[in-house]
Amino acid sequence: MARLPKLIDGISFGLLSPEEIRKMSVTRIVTADTYDEDGYPIERGLMDPRLGVVDPGLRCRTCGMRAGECPGHFGRIELARPVIHVGYAGVIYDCLRATCRKCGRILLPEEDLDYFRRKVEDARATGGDWWDYSKEVISQASKVTECPHCGEKQLRIKLEKPTTFREEKNRLTPSDVRERLERITDSDAMLLGINPEVARPEWMVLTVLPVPPVTVRPSITLETGVRSEDDLTHKLVDVIRINQRLSENIEAGAPHLIVEDLWELLQYHVTTLFDNQVSGVPPARHRSGRTLRTLAQRLKGKEGRFRGNLSGKRVDFSARTVISPDPCISINEIGVPEYIAKILTVPVRVTKYNIEKIRNLVRRGPEVHPGANYVISPDGRRYDLRYADREELAEAIQPGFIVERHLMDGDVVLFNRQPSLHRMSIMAHEVRVMPGRTFRLNLCVCPPYNADFDGDEMNLHVPQSREAQAEARILMRVQEQILSPRFGGPIIGGIQDHITGLYMLTKRGVWLNREQAQQLLAAAGIEPHLPKPAKKEGGVEYWSGKQIFSMLLPKGLNLTYKAKICETQECARCLKENCPIDGYVVIRNGELISGVMDERSCKALSRCEVLDRIVKDYGSDEARRFLDRATRLAIAAAKMFGFTTGIADEDIPKEAREKIEEVLMDASEKVKKLIEVYERGELEQLPGRSLRETLEMRIMELLTEARDKAGEIAEKHLGLDNQAVIMARTGARGSMLNLTQMAGCVGQQSVRGERLSRGYRGRTLPHFKVGDLGPRARGFVESSYKKGLNPTEFFFHAMGGREGLVDTAVRTAQSGYMQRRLINALQDLRVEHDGTVRDDHGHIIQFEYGEDRVDPARTDLGKAVNVDKIIEKVIGVGGS
Amino acid sequence: MDRISPETIESEIRKLRGELPKRIVDDLRSSLLKVAKNVTLTRDKLDKIIKMVKKAYVDALVEPGEPVGTVAAQSIGEPGTQMTLRTFHYAGVAELNVTLGLPRLIEILDARRAPAAALMEIHLKGELSKDREKAREFARKIEMVTLEDVVSQTETDLINMEFVVTLDRDRIKRKGLVPSEIASKLSENLKSEVITHGYKLRIKPGTPTLPDLRRLAMKAKEVQLSGVKGINRVVIKAEGGKYVVYTEGSNLAEILKMPEVDSTRTTTNDIREIEKVLGIEAARNAIIKEAVNTLEEQGLDVDVRHVMLVADIMTASGEVQQIGRHGISGGKASVLARASFEVTTKHLLEACIRGERDRLKGIIENVIAGQPIPLGTGSVELEMARGERVGRG
Repeated sequence: MARLPKLIDGISFGLLSPEEIRKMSVTRIVTADTYDEDGYPIERGLMDPRLGVVDPGLRCRTCGMRAGECPGHFGRIELARPVIHVGYAGVIYDCLRATCRKCGRILLPEEDLDYFRRKVEDARATGGDWWDYSKEVISQASKVTECPHCGEKQLRIKLEKPTTFREEKNRLTPSDVRERLERITDSDAMLLGINPEVARPEWMVLTVLPVPPVTVRPSITLETGVRSEDDLTHKLVDVIRINQRLSENIEAGAPHLIVEDLWELLQYHVTTLFDNQVSGVPPARHRSGRTLRTLAQRLKGKEGRFRGNLSGKRVDFSARTVISPDPCISINEIGVPEYIAKILTVPVRVTKYNIEKIRNLVRRGPEVHPGANYVISPDGRRYDLRYADREELAEAIQPGFIVERHLMDGDVVLFNRQPSLHRMSIMAHEVRVMPGRTFRLNLCVCPPYNADFDGDEMNLHVPQSREAQAEARILMRVQEQILSPRFGGPIIGGIQDHITGLYMLTKRGVWLNREQAQQLLAAAGIEPHLPKPAKKEGGVEYWSGKQIFSMLLPKGLNLTYKAKICETQECARCLKENCPIDGYVVIRNGELISGVMDERSCKALSRCEVLDRIVKDYGSDEARRFLDRATRLAIAAAKMFGFTTGIADEDIPKEAREKIEEVLMDASEKVKKLIEVYERGELEQLPGRSLRETLEMRIMELLTEARDKAGEIAEKHLGLDNQAVIMARTGARGSMLNLTQMAGCVGQQSVRGERLSRGYRGRTLPHFKVGDLGPRARGFVESSYKKGLNPTEFFFHAMGGREGLVDTAVRTAQSGYMQRRLINALQDLRVEHDGTVRDDHGHIIQFEYGEDRVDPARTDLGKAVNVDKIIEKVIGVGGS
Repeated sequence: MDRISPETIESEIRKLRGELPKRIVDDLRSSLLKVAKNVTLTRDKLDKIIKMVKKAYVDALVEPGEPVGTVAAQSIGEPGTQMTLRTFHYAGVAELNVTLGLPRLIEILDARRAPAAALMEIHLKGELSKDREKAREFARKIEMVTLEDVVSQTETDLINMEFVVTLDRDRIKRKGLVPSEIASKLSENLKSEVITHGYKLRIKPGTPTLPDLRRLAMKAKEVQLSGVKGINRVVIKAEGGKYVVYTEGSNLAEILKMPEVDSTRTTTNDIREIEKVLGIEAARNAIIKEAVNTLEEQGLDVDVRHVMLVADIMTASGEVQQIGRHGISGGKASVLARASFEVTTKHLLEACIRGERDRLKGIIENVIAGQPIPLGTGSVELEMARGERVGRG
């Protein structure tokens, strides 16, 4: 915009020298008091007005700028005695150990030093890590007992964590330490890993303390008018107080002991000012007992400056509310409540082409929906339309003005749901302003966001610049994200009712009269030009469900595959088109000839042939059209035919119930025998397992088998005429296992993959005998969910269920950290124009991305080119 | 039109080599040859197919600037939430424990020195692999046996100052050992006198003092009598008419030296060991194999290219580096990138005394500075002359 773009090219790091600290400081801070009785900041106090302004309306005494513009200015505290910088205690220790106590040279002969010096120079010239040699230098030099330069005998130096140094028995005061560090020559410092161009060793012992500007530690005024100071200010007060006392005592010639004590106290306060979590130092506390949040704490951790404020920032032009479904809008769209649309704005530049429209918006103002909130004139002045004379302002508008108008239909916005685990967690949608208070989204975009409607909230962001809007529209729009780069298949697609709906529409024997057919097409948003009816009966025309569905398919689409319902069917030989359950799908030239539509046709996150083919062969526009219409058709179909499931769906006949009981009895008997064999010691041991483990494994096997058998019996009575089965078999929701657990038998409950065993000594519950290894005593649930669990079974089931819950909680934490590490390690990689993958320094990681340069999102489920499809296209169907 | 002979197809295919990736060419070749058998393939149809394949390949290429690293990290990280946490699972060989799911994936990325459940898959050479007995014999040979495994009773004789062990006849026989052999192994290992009385071995400590005797008793139990060090348990499994030896514990270097072993197919799941024995390229392939297997076993569909990229960055420096603080993230050149990952203050303090300079080349640094990131559309540096406007207005 108006400002010149500034780019930061680099950031250099270094230590502040005492002179530098003095030079940049605007005042020396001497008094620990902050405000006088009238509430004015005391000069040379911690709130000195020269340190910057935080209160609005005032001007800075140093730079003359207002609050918000003034960056703040440093002050300083002249320390009465030097103190060690905690963060550098280790480095200081290394320096002391490696250098002579008298002459200050590194305790290595000149030849060795020359050798290292050369190494360091080489490393610096090539941009390598020159400081790596310091480790070697220090470990060698610290072993030397006599200085090779001056012959002085060296004494053993110890670091008493965190900041006390001892030479043999004698304590080295920070002053002593500083003196020694001063003696280290620049070229020696280099070998110790300290770059003298920016950091002299003695600067690690502080003589002057910079006082951060007030902008860094603003005080808060409570409603009661009581000022509450920042933690840093509190800490600085402590430092100044002790410093004051120390210097007074020194001047008064107080006994050595007292001075030493105060000195140590000063060291403590400066230490905790820097870092309040140093091990071995009791953390400084607030009056209330809360530990203070000092400098290091401000930077560190998830909520610290780096991760909390710099890597992730708070933004304007965003909204958050509950989401709810709307199957009637496109996958590309998002329903935005009007009250949100009136707050979020998009800046538009006034041109002679749009000026009339914009004038109208300005006239309507901030209260009426398609209106505007602000007008910005070319000289940068901002007019708030809540207070301005809108009529007058509308007339005053000229090309070149910028108007912040309300969010309107068709605007691009970014939509996001946390946790943002992959790039499909933030996608661009087109706005549709709607009544109500929730964001509305199409159900097909639930899988990429991993959203449901049990109270989920989502965020919305409005890109402001034209560049950002264009980028969002072209790269981030929902339809461009249908294919997941994870596996090259659709991640956006039908779910749940979409699948059952399509199944019910396309299954055999669905005949619709003209009225019904047109109703369906209208619901799907297709112009009701019906094809030739497939049959005529008693003078009435009928269309098949397949015919209706075919109207969504693009012309020229050819596909042959086996439907999902076919999977569980055990056919000796595939009857193809004559499949008894219509599981053989054939599409010719966009016409569904045989087979049903189920999970395999267009379910998100699965191998869905139809949708997959459409995106890849016809592009994302066509895919979006297909999805929008297919899902609406599916839901209309489900509504037309009616679909429900209930407890009656799990009914099985009495004979089956008895048979299941028999199977379970049988298994129980077998287990009993097995235990007897085990107790007699006749059980054959599996290699590498104890006898007990062998028994457990055998029992588990038996019981699993029994459960499966019970399930099979139940399944026999659950056919495709059963609604619950339709959901399971078509892949819409649930599985056959779920159903057999409801109808047949729940099965073994387990914790850590083993039968339940803990609780009481030798038994799980007092209902059983000690040492009972039988199925019931160890968590085998014979009942079905429908029949209901008896009390012990219920308890076991809860045990198993608890493990699942704990597992999920632990897993989210673990996988979250794993992903953070992966992202951090890989984020700098990108593909260059030559096809190589390089990191931010141009180091080649891969010579050819993925060994074939192919983008996984553009592959056919991992294959770069689907050769067979191409051959089929050229030669004609049936070629392969 | 003329039918095209398989030779023509072959020659046309040959021309494509080098132009298209091998996998595609091989795919095309086999499909074309298969099709040509059933259908008449004409010259222009063949040309059309080849042209379309070429175009399809070009269409599928990655865009320059694509943030492949982030995409790979997301593609592997996102399904992590769907993985199981159960550490142990009985897979393949029911008798052996294998770490699976999320813990295994983390273990691979951590490049840990020793995996929680090391496992080797040993293939035997030619004839050996078909003979169950020979395979058994080999298994016995490599299984590590310590004294503890073959004793039935031990006692510390304080009167004679001896450590007396009684060997278990059955177990010795099963392991193919004889007492005298054990005795010599013991005396060699413990450097002490061993007296054999049938199945009783009396071991004398160097000096007849109580502490020495105690130490001896401890050490004696762990003396390795036979087998390969680290191979704790061996299981033989028939796979397609051949016997494959699976072991709990791993010692690739020693196993590969054995003449019976088919060194081309024998592997371990210990990536560090592969790196040490077979080198960095092998380690890279091992990471890919292990990670893909882990993901596949969980039924998660992840493109290999993502896994390859992770394996490549882990091995790019010439040695296996961890994904994390002590590996790639810790070794980054940028101060801000390191500080924003973990141990913030340490990195900042170090950068200060070294006088480091962050050149803001990476992603996170530019995010911190509030500047466009050098990826995708941000990697294009386009400059427009000032004061010039396109079009009227």
